[in-house]
Amino acid sequence: MKNKNKKKWYILFTVPLLIIFTTVVIIPFLIGIYYSFFEWDGIAANAKEFVGLDNFVQLAGDERFRESAWLTILFTVLSVVTINAIGLAFALLVTSKIKSANAARTMLFMPYLIGGLILGYIWQFVFLDVFTLLGEVTGLDQIFFNWLIDPEFALFGLVFVFTWQMAGYIMIIYIAGLQGIPNDVIEASKIDGASPWQRFIRITLPLLMPALTISLFLTLSSAFKIYDVNLSLTGGGPANATELFAMNIYNEIFGSGNYGLGQAKAIVFFLIVAAITLTQVYITKKREVEM
Amino acid sequence: MRRTLDFLKAALLLVLALFFLSPIYIIIVNSFKDRQELYDNPLTLPDSFSFQYYVEAMDKMNFLSAFGNSLYITIVSVVLIVILSSMTAWMLVRTDDKLSMVIFMVFIATMLIPFQTLMMPLMQFMSTLTNTLNIPMYNTLEGLIFMNIGFHSSLSVFLYHGFIKSIPITLEEAATIDGASKFGVFWRIIFPMLKPITATVMILNVISIWNDFLLPSLTLIDTDLRTIPLSTFYFFGEFTIQWNLAMAGLTLTIIPVVIFYALAQKHIIKGIGEGAVK
Repeated sequence: MKNKNKKKWYILFTVPLLIIFTTVVIIPFLIGIYYSFFEWDGIAANAKEFVGLDNFVQLAGDERFRESAWLTILFTVLSVVTINAIGLAFALLVTSKIKSANAARTMLFMPYLIGGLILGYIWQFVFLDVFTLLGEVTGLDQIFFNWLIDPEFALFGLVFVFTWQMAGYIMIIYIAGLQGIPNDVIEASKIDGASPWQRFIRITLPLLMPALTISLFLTLSSAFKIYDVNLSLTGGGPANATELFAMNIYNEIFGSGNYGLGQAKAIVFFLIVAAITLTQVYITKKREVEM
Repeated sequence: MRRTLDFLKAALLLVLALFFLSPIYIIIVNSFKDRQELYDNPLTLPDSFSFQYYVEAMDKMNFLSAFGNSLYITIVSVVLIVILSSMTAWMLVRTDDKLSMVIFMVFIATMLIPFQTLMMPLMQFMSTLTNTLNIPMYNTLEGLIFMNIGFHSSLSVFLYHGFIKSIPITLEEAATIDGASKFGVFWRIIFPMLKPITATVMILNVISIWNDFLLPSLTLIDTDLRTIPLSTFYFFGEFTIQWNLAMAGLTLTIIPVVIFYALAQKHIIKGIGEGAVK
């Protein structure tokens, strides 16, 4: 009797969410795997033709997909490095005992709240008008010009804007990590005569590993999956020079109407994201030290 | 000497932060300028403050309707996410068996699936539900709320799960002996104790649901259902050349975010920090 009652409550508490979650995530995921073995144009009346692994074979020879894979990797590596370097630098600055630290922390976090799509439009204008103006005024038109219309620079523009969006967010995570470092460890090292640089490398950084694990995970996965900023800042242009993975998949499915092939790309995308983020978490977790 | 140095450092940090936010300054000052003034110098303050472009942008973006839709979707989604995922997480923690383990593991594992992997089959499935079973999932705000709950529950269950594990069980047992039902125990005793993590869950979900573009763009077809990111997207599709109008539109979209941030600034920064460490 008591057990039966317990079961009733268990069902009552968990089943509503499980139904929604299954409908929205689990079933579409399974359907998605199924679709990736078919050739189909997305029109319900048209037949789906089973092609087995053909879509995946075709991917290997898809020049535009390979190009976008390379761009995505380049973008991710650059973004992860700059976001974490700047985020950590910000965190160290605003945790020092300076009067304006709190105000600065509030301001630096601001871009993260605005949202990728709108940030992209804001920066489109900055690159178009302010960068060109700065180039004219300072004469440094090798540096200040509209990066977004240059195929070689547009990707850096994207890294730039994404860093602007994420650095403040990552800063908050490093701040939480820094605050977790006990003060007496720092004091002890000061008494032992360690220089600020030694202190940072030997004490702060190793104790910051848990924050680094999370920050790397968040920056890696969000850089890989970036879409909004990509769409509003460059739209993938010029000449597909900034068409990253997520956008390439969207275009293949909804732009070209290759539903089966696009879905095969989406599955490969999932496998890559899962493999990379899990590897990163495994590696950095191992380097965390216990206090 | 030390004091001057500290003052210099503080001033430098403030200048850095202001410089960091300069794109927002640029957007705002140019939203008041006419075309000639804008091209002459995009960095200076405007000659006069005319709200002409704001009125026009508000009208063309259908701003009030978009704002209402965004607000409705965000509030209802977040409230339901908090209720459903806290209840689920609590049961999963307190029922220590294989099934609970498996369910929790599935929640965690699906966090690795990018939205792009699900978007096409999800849309197919949702339109099937709409067309064959008459469940209005596709092209309705309520359908979008349903999908928001599905996509945001993993992280929320994960955060609640970690927090609940650290709460001792004795209080619950005492209440049960006193005759409280499970429902009573959860809502009267446990849920109030979850306040800090509920704040984190709410903040993270508000930010991502309010700013979401791709999911609404796939599910909402009717123009009067558009959210703020959606109406911004369509607005830019039509008015990119008219930058002053576009600037006013962008400023409008930022205002609600700035107000939200000003009101809840301390909680937001604290909530994000705590969510990350957990």
